[in-house]
Amino acid sequence: MKEQLQSIKDSALGAVNGCSDLKELDALRVKYLGKKGELTAILKQMGGLSAEERPIIGQLANDVRTAIESAIKDKSDALKSAETELRLKAEAIDVTMPGKRFANGRRHPMNIVLDELKEIFRGMGYTVVDGPEVEETKYVFDMLLTKEGHPARDPQDTFYITDEVLLRTQTSSVQIRQMLAEKPPFAIISPGRVYRRDEVDATHSPIFHQCEGLVVDKNLTFADLKGTLEEFAKRLYGEGMKLKFRPHHFPYTEPSCEIDFQCFRCGGKGCPMCKGEGWIEILGAGVVRPEVLENCGIDSEEYSGFAFGIGIERITMLRYEIDDMRYIYENDMRFLKQF
Amino acid sequence: MDLSMKWLNDFVKTDMPIKEFCDGMTMSGSKVETYSVQGADITNVVVGKCVAIEKHPDADTLWVCKVDIGAAEPVQIVTSAQNVFEGAFLPVALHGATCYNHKDMSFMKIKKGNMRGIKSEGMMCSYEELNLTLADVPYSSAEGILILNDDPDFDKMSVGMDIHDALGFNDTTVEFEITNNRPDCLSVLGLAREASATFDLPFNYTEPKFTGVDGKASDYINVEVKNTQLCSRYMAAVVKNVKIGPSPRWMVERLNASGVRAINNFVDITNFVMLEYGHPMHAFDLRYVDDAKIVVRNAEANEKITILDGSEVTLSPEMLVIADAKKPIAVAGVMGGEFSGIMEDTQTVVFEAACFDGVSVRMTAKNIGKRTDASSRFEKDIDPINAKPALMRALELVEMLGCGEVVREYIDVDNITKQPVKLKHDAQWISDHLGIEIPEQQQIDIFKKLGFTYEDGYVTAPNTRIDIERQCDLAEEVARIYGYNKIPSTVPKLSSNSRITPIQHFEKRIVDIMVSQGFYETMTFSFISPKSYEKLNFADTKKNSVVLTNPLGEDTSVMRTSMLPSMMTCVSTNVASRNLAARLFEIGRVFTPTSDRLPVEEDVLGMCCYGADEDFYSIKGVIEEIFEDMVIDAKFVPVKDNKTYHPGRCADIVCGDTVIGTVGELHPSAAEEYDVSCRVYAAELFMGKMFDAMGDERKYKPLPKYPAMTRDLSLLCDDEVTSDTIIEIIKKNAKFLESVSIFDMYKGEQVPNGKKSLSYKLVLRKDGTLTDEEADSSVDRVLKALAERDIVLRT
Repeated sequence: MKEQLQSIKDSALGAVNGCSDLKELDALRVKYLGKKGELTAILKQMGGLSAEERPIIGQLANDVRTAIESAIKDKSDALKSAETELRLKAEAIDVTMPGKRFANGRRHPMNIVLDELKEIFRGMGYTVVDGPEVEETKYVFDMLLTKEGHPARDPQDTFYITDEVLLRTQTSSVQIRQMLAEKPPFAIISPGRVYRRDEVDATHSPIFHQCEGLVVDKNLTFADLKGTLEEFAKRLYGEGMKLKFRPHHFPYTEPSCEIDFQCFRCGGKGCPMCKGEGWIEILGAGVVRPEVLENCGIDSEEYSGFAFGIGIERITMLRYEIDDMRYIYENDMRFLKQF
Repeated sequence: MDLSMKWLNDFVKTDMPIKEFCDGMTMSGSKVETYSVQGADITNVVVGKCVAIEKHPDADTLWVCKVDIGAAEPVQIVTSAQNVFEGAFLPVALHGATCYNHKDMSFMKIKKGNMRGIKSEGMMCSYEELNLTLADVPYSSAEGILILNDDPDFDKMSVGMDIHDALGFNDTTVEFEITNNRPDCLSVLGLAREASATFDLPFNYTEPKFTGVDGKASDYINVEVKNTQLCSRYMAAVVKNVKIGPSPRWMVERLNASGVRAINNFVDITNFVMLEYGHPMHAFDLRYVDDAKIVVRNAEANEKITILDGSEVTLSPEMLVIADAKKPIAVAGVMGGEFSGIMEDTQTVVFEAACFDGVSVRMTAKNIGKRTDASSRFEKDIDPINAKPALMRALELVEMLGCGEVVREYIDVDNITKQPVKLKHDAQWISDHLGIEIPEQQQIDIFKKLGFTYEDGYVTAPNTRIDIERQCDLAEEVARIYGYNKIPSTVPKLSSNSRITPIQHFEKRIVDIMVSQGFYETMTFSFISPKSYEKLNFADTKKNSVVLTNPLGEDTSVMRTSMLPSMMTCVSTNVASRNLAARLFEIGRVFTPTSDRLPVEEDVLGMCCYGADEDFYSIKGVIEEIFEDMVIDAKFVPVKDNKTYHPGRCADIVCGDTVIGTVGELHPSAAEEYDVSCRVYAAELFMGKMFDAMGDERKYKPLPKYPAMTRDLSLLCDDEVTSDTIIEIIKKNAKFLESVSIFDMYKGEQVPNGKKSLSYKLVLRKDGTLTDEEADSSVDRVLKALAERDIVLRT
């Protein structure tokens, strides 16, 4: 029997070794190890062995089974991995082809910029407030010290609904409403739409957007205004941003200033964007005149304030190098898809 | 304001480089736009003297000249000009010079060369080649070389001198952008004050004086001011035996550099004084003042005047005029009348130095369409006190120029009510306001440099400084002269808190959803054409708009009551640009008039889409996505009578009793109005109403422990039956119902006409094992209820 077992083993291992596909291997497994297989058939003859021989042959038969099983397992693994390898090779694709997308839309570039401004100011402790676009002249002009007869009030420059109602020319009206409605201290920005009677061209639009800010608190100074706007500039354009404060005039602030940012494209060396100046005018600002606070019932001895304003179109156009304002309001998909 | 640097240097000696001057002025508050150097395009042209001249050996019309240019050796120049002579002084363009070629209006480089075999080391210039006009050098012959021997300043010239210096065309003009509050800086003196303070240089000014001849102006002319509100001061002086002629070169130079053309001595004097003092003046020829009477009055209705520029203007009663006994002779503060001006034979001149109300002048100038140098100054409410030194300066100039006899006693109708502002100086307040300690004495020094007077702790600004009213104005004076950029920067510790409001948060989420759904955000004008309401067939209630009284045009004349017109304009634009598909949205404001002064303003989410992949359900799906996310429980109620939309494809979106929006396919005729031939789907949702409709916060539900059973029902019903009706019946009757959803809709061959087939998937589950019997009985109940409505299982 020993010889029989040995011969089964030899023939099985030889067959397994020569086998080249999984089906055939399975057939071999049935042939040698199955219920009706050769090894089982041998083992069935064990009954005829002596008590001394039985464990020896039993042990041998087990060894043979284990050897065949293990050979089949190894062969099977090898065949499977070869097959997988083959399949994967066949499945190779061009990974440079475009991906399948569920296409998102996009925000309008103006709102991308505005959101960033809001985030920056919120991070600096400001609250975003809103107000009416159709507004009373007293909130847009009178209480901001722009008297009757001032050119800004001209129907040539400002849209009127009635003599006392107009389309706001600045979002400062929201600040007046804020001061009338709430007791200081507060720090707000009032981003929004404003209207001036300019014909549409590459640099003008009768509708545009501002982000104005107002802080009213105790002991605020011009130095605080400077520090605040420098901090804003750094958060918007990076740590290295430099600002230049130039005296200017606004009816409702004193001192007033315009603020130039060092050109963020050329770093101040001079380029077409800054028209060779190295500086770009970005902000208007000033310390609120006491009359304005008093008009709103705020004690100007106890409180002071500063205010500033940014044109959102301007920042947007500079950021994306948009050279014609008309694109902003035209809403052509070919434009909107670029942001 | 164009400032002549020569003129400025009459009062303040500035010798720093021009760039430094401009930067300094800008940083102290007088913003420099740009500067230009006179004749900068003409280079390397010097004064030369012809020391020898002889005929060219090979050309009859050419001359060979030896010209002394101050160098060791004279240069040799060949010229075709016929007016050169030995001893003549002339402009010589040396090798490498740039001159003007007036024939092709460009600049040309001059090079050494040969003319018919004789070397020529440069070129002699005509006035044209120096880019000058005959008016600049009236003594020049029209043809040939500019002979400098006839120049009034010939005795100051020397060979080798730069031609600009020789002719006085060497000024630099600095262009300032002056803010509205500083009309005093629309003058040389005002800017000189600023320069003096900015650069800490002495301000050299002496009060103008004249000698005059005995007599009273009132013997020549009578002045009556009828409207003292609009004319706070009227001064008149008479100059007799006038000699009209050209002004001296220094005056012409200064006027030219300031962008004003010289005309004759009297006109030039009025312009000169306006530029120097910032106070407009006028000169009348006494011959044309009827009855020698000047009346300052309001115009009569439809009164007419032909003004200096030759145009006839119709006046109205709110306009102020200067009139004589019969007619208006000038529009006050704007422009003089045609016949009142100075002529070559004028003998007696009346100088006017007056002050008119700013708003009145501005409105008048605008209404007659003549904004002038004078009106643009008056409109800023300039100081009436300044009229006197201005008039004195004019009279001083008359005597300086020797062009007439000033009648000593002038007329002054003074109704000035304005008092100079005297402010207590609070140095500590100013330091606190600015956020830097600036010692009191340093502040006082700044005031003094700016021409303020300081006495016993009180500061008085010069009368021309109409902008100084309160302590904060003094603070600005200190700040800008001290230097804005020398003031430290501090970030204040705010005692207020930042917050984001729930509606702001809501809006942010809506935008995020729209973008994630593939929509592009637009930005449209909030005023529209009223015609768009007709195009879109709006109901009358939605046509009632806030109307602009002065729109730019009809297209932008009413405030929108809906986002649809704006959205359709976007669609139209995109279709015209051949964009095959678009998904667009915007949260925009709409305006509804009320009985109050102000309209109601509401933010509306407008969305629209078109393209091959779009249908009603694709836009509805977006809205459902929003509702799902925001926990809004709303129904889509079919609407057949909204004429803006397709009658069979429109729904109001209703939450409780409130319509929060509308969605639909645009009516094809409305789309056509926008030149859009494809199907357009649009929706409008009121942000505020949606916000109010938001459900409670979501709460976690434990995950089910027992498996669910599903039952599919294919139903047959009349076409009119809506899916919502069926779902409601199912929800009401199915026991153990976890969810129900439609998965198919079919109309066609296998379904009778007027009917449709709808298929639903019901998911049933209970907290325990659900048996088939329980599920079947639940479905049976549903089927019974459906059958009552003639909705049956499809077999």
